[in-house]
Amino acid sequence: MLDRDQVLHVARLARLELSEEEVERMAAELSHVLDHIEKIRELDLEGVAPTSHVIDVVNVLRADEPEPSLPREAVLAAAPEPLMDGFGVPSPGAA
Amino acid sequence: MGAPPVPDYEPVIGLEIHVQLDTRTKMFCGCELSFGDPPNIHTCPTCLGLPGALPVLNARAIHFGIMIGLALGCDIAERSLFHRKNYFYPDNPKAYQISQYDVPLCRGGRLGDVRIHRVHLEEDAAKLNHLGASGRIHGSDRSWVDFNRCGTPLVEIVSEPDIHSAEQARDWLILLRTTLRQLGVSDVDMSQGSLRCDANVSIRPAGSTELGTKTELKNMNSFAYVAKGIEAEIERQKRLLDLGEPVVQETLHFDPVTGSLTPLRSKEEAHDYRYFPEPDLVPLLASADMVAAARADLPTELPAERAARFEQELGLHADTARLFAFRAELGDYFERALAAAGANGGAGLEPVELSNWIAPLIERIGSDADPAESNVSPESLATLATMVKTKEVSRDAAREVLTHLVAEGGDPRRIVEREGLGAISAEDDGLGEIVDRAIAADPAAAEQVRAGNMKAIGPLVGFVMRETKGRADGGEITRLIRQRLQ
Amino acid sequence: MNELIALSAAEAAERVRAGEIDPGELFDAYRQRAAADDLNAFTWVADEAPRDHDYAHTPLGGVPVAVKDLFCTEGVPSQSGSKILEGYRPPYSATVVRNLAEAGAPLLGKTNQDEFAMGSSNENSAFGPVLNPWDRRRVPGGSSGGSAAAVAAGLAPWAIGTDTGGSIRQPAALCGVVGLKPTYGACSRYGMIAFASSLDQAGPFTRNVTDAALLFRHMVGQDRRDSTSLEFPEPIELPRGEDLKGVRLGIPEELVGADAGVDPGVRASFDETLRLAEELGATLEPCQLPHASHALSAYYLIAPAEASANLARFDGVRYGLREDGASDLTTMYSRTREVGFGPEVQRRIMLGTYALSSGYYDAYYGKAQKVRTKIAEDFRGAFERFDFVITPTSPWTAFELGSKTHDPLAMYLNDFCTVPMSLAGIPAISIPSGLSEGLPVGFQLAGPAFSEPRLLAAAYALEQAIGFDGSPARA
Ligand SMILES: [Zn+2]
Repeated sequence: MLDRDQVLHVARLARLELSEEEVERMAAELSHVLDHIEKIRELDLEGVAPTSHVIDVVNVLRADEPEPSLPREAVLAAAPEPLMDGFGVPSPGAA
Repeated sequence: MGAPPVPDYEPVIGLEIHVQLDTRTKMFCGCELSFGDPPNIHTCPTCLGLPGALPVLNARAIHFGIMIGLALGCDIAERSLFHRKNYFYPDNPKAYQISQYDVPLCRGGRLGDVRIHRVHLEEDAAKLNHLGASGRIHGSDRSWVDFNRCGTPLVEIVSEPDIHSAEQARDWLILLRTTLRQLGVSDVDMSQGSLRCDANVSIRPAGSTELGTKTELKNMNSFAYVAKGIEAEIERQKRLLDLGEPVVQETLHFDPVTGSLTPLRSKEEAHDYRYFPEPDLVPLLASADMVAAARADLPTELPAERAARFEQELGLHADTARLFAFRAELGDYFERALAAAGANGGAGLEPVELSNWIAPLIERIGSDADPAESNVSPESLATLATMVKTKEVSRDAAREVLTHLVAEGGDPRRIVEREGLGAISAEDDGLGEIVDRAIAADPAAAEQVRAGNMKAIGPLVGFVMRETKGRADGGEITRLIRQRLQ
Repeated sequence: MNELIALSAAEAAERVRAGEIDPGELFDAYRQRAAADDLNAFTWVADEAPRDHDYAHTPLGGVPVAVKDLFCTEGVPSQSGSKILEGYRPPYSATVVRNLAEAGAPLLGKTNQDEFAMGSSNENSAFGPVLNPWDRRRVPGGSSGGSAAAVAAGLAPWAIGTDTGGSIRQPAALCGVVGLKPTYGACSRYGMIAFASSLDQAGPFTRNVTDAALLFRHMVGQDRRDSTSLEFPEPIELPRGEDLKGVRLGIPEELVGADAGVDPGVRASFDETLRLAEELGATLEPCQLPHASHALSAYYLIAPAEASANLARFDGVRYGLREDGASDLTTMYSRTREVGFGPEVQRRIMLGTYALSSGYYDAYYGKAQKVRTKIAEDFRGAFERFDFVITPTSPWTAFELGSKTHDPLAMYLNDFCTVPMSLAGIPAISIPSGLSEGLPVGFQLAGPAFSEPRLLAAAYALEQAIGFDGSPARA
């Protein structure tokens, strides 16, 4: 069902660095699960509306009124790399 | 047979515009919008994408979105949805942007001569700053994220590919800016990033209806750069096609300093945003009440309507009408001057005659300046135009008066008096004597005019103008010369 | 001391309110038990209750509550069972936790769980498996295994957990306690570290149905921070009725039929409960939920798809683990997530990413959403004829640690009877119906949206008739 290349492609989309062995295992496991899930393809669901919310609610809106923000110390408390009062990351443009 | 004709290309341009809405708080949380504040002081669990935090829609952002849709003549969707657009980037804290996908708030519409494809709401990204001297992404090793901007309400406006030149793109963008500014929904300032424009550009042989391969241009952060960037891309594509090389579909980064276009490094992954309906938000129903409330907040006349009125009711030239409407400050100034001229009796001053004085005024105050902030009041300009109309002052002298007005302000009549710039229009003002000298000074020209060659009258008129320092009326000079040389 | 522990939560609350028990002593009694936890049910235990409350004048009387790790608790580790959030202390608390604290239920501790609530055995926790107090070689169920085990073992008077596809009901069943999955939207999700946003619901774990009603009463309510939360339409009274006269119970053939793979011991307990229900005056009839057999497939597309987006924020930038070194941005992301997420979480992220990816959306996610529509319709149809639909909560009792970890699909089958209600967003309760070979069996009742008061009343009547003795687990 799911081949190596597909697993690698999906892993790249999901930002997961799979080892060689994990790629093989993932391909087998996902294929096994998908084989089971495939059954829903048999259903004729022509014209059925998809459900993304089970509750029948619309227009939940918030007044445009400010609320207190968090203090910066709290915001940066868990930062793996605090930098310049912000969150440091490897530069996306770095080689 | 000669060489095959060089094909003539027609550019096809569509614009995607992001506009930051001028709400008090962010799209999905109560953090205040800010600009230029110290980093990371306007954040909360929601806009930081902390575990467990949820978004709640800002009612005013929806209101503004509907206003924009109405102003652009769009259909407002009765029911629209928010989707998650998934991609990893440090400025995107949830690793998905909440946006609208297949069911946007507004569809269709038109602004000026360009159709609108859709208008939708989404949230802005954080600001990614780069360490290193240049502050630019390339060559920087570390970057850091400031989430103050993250979650600012954005409206994305997508035009149809109805634009066919770089200038048209720029002018249309200016019209859009004026329209949005008039709605009061955004600062629409390109230099501050509250208005951002990307362009999809392709070219095709003139007359063809097939679309060529398009490229996407980013980072054109001024109106001038929009024109420059698109122009450069059109030329680049022409060169490629002329050489028989294909245009590659890619995203290009415009460098305003060098004017060059560089492909953005293509991500390893072709874009696969994996859109799906945002389960944390419920559908948005634009009720009749909401639409009526938005409509009630629209200005009485939008720029496109104003341009039509200027052209059709006031008889301004089409270009002038658009300029005055698209640059609302010019239109406002012009209308105040027009009202003043009317109040003064106007002496039959036509709106188009008055409008012709706006260009020389702008020339003198700087092309981007607002005349209302200059020393020249609309009343003064109306007076000056009326004086020209009634031949109290010649056109050339009036230009000089205008220069004085710009420098020092005041009443044009006083300046005319003080500088002795009043029109010399009759024999008894001494004009006849000067005409006589002109004929005497250039007998050859006089002879030709006498022989019926009216083209030769130029040097004679020029002589009189020089002698009168431009104060004489050109028509009157011609009349007097011809009278003498019949 | 043991006297305090023996009281049900509702009784303890009443005694505190009557001035007969000191809430500080009550807290301390449980604190000591929780601190001595040898089931690995707790990941963190409080030192003391906040002192700024006059607990005698609160509805919950200072009876402390154990809280599943994935509820954010300000300044207290909230790790969702994951290495990627190890030691993470959020700057805010979940609405449900705040609601309970305000009602007088202080935080006793945080309970172990499957990583990001993905699992049915609690073996997917980065902080080790939880042991079932009925048999320590066996799993407590999952994902809220720590909460279920803590209540079953008397380490906590009550607890809260979350249920996405069965994560309250199944561990409640396997540990012999009461677990309620409320109507979607009844409790705010704000501050719950999300697994699958359209399915996640908070709910109580208690020793009995009365406690469940009491705790649930103070969990519910519309929250302006959760767009999908709703005001509960009626007061939640403590259940009283002791019979089931006129109550129509539907038994869905698709979930309970001969092909459904229900373990014989579980079936025997289920059948015995049916007999008791009839004695109490209920009518029993088979009913059809034609799409229920596809619920698991739909669930294992929808939940991983939503999870793939919900878990994308764990990227090593703002909080949690980072695996960095001299790596570039993409490598930092991929390595952090590879090291931080356990195998089951990675599997579901992969599955969900795949189901949403270009070219597969319609075949998988889109189709699953349509199945969801049909399942909700099935239930609506059933509730025209029946008050409740009943099933065994889990097809089997607590299984041995490690016995299903190598077959993800077999593990997913745990949720066979609980997932349909989750997809339909309707409430369902699991109550202990007896023992099979010394292990608790769960009995599930599901009702229409916002039928919790009636559901609790019916469960209460059954509970009285069953007379389940949960105390061996608390010895
Ligand atoms: Zn915020």
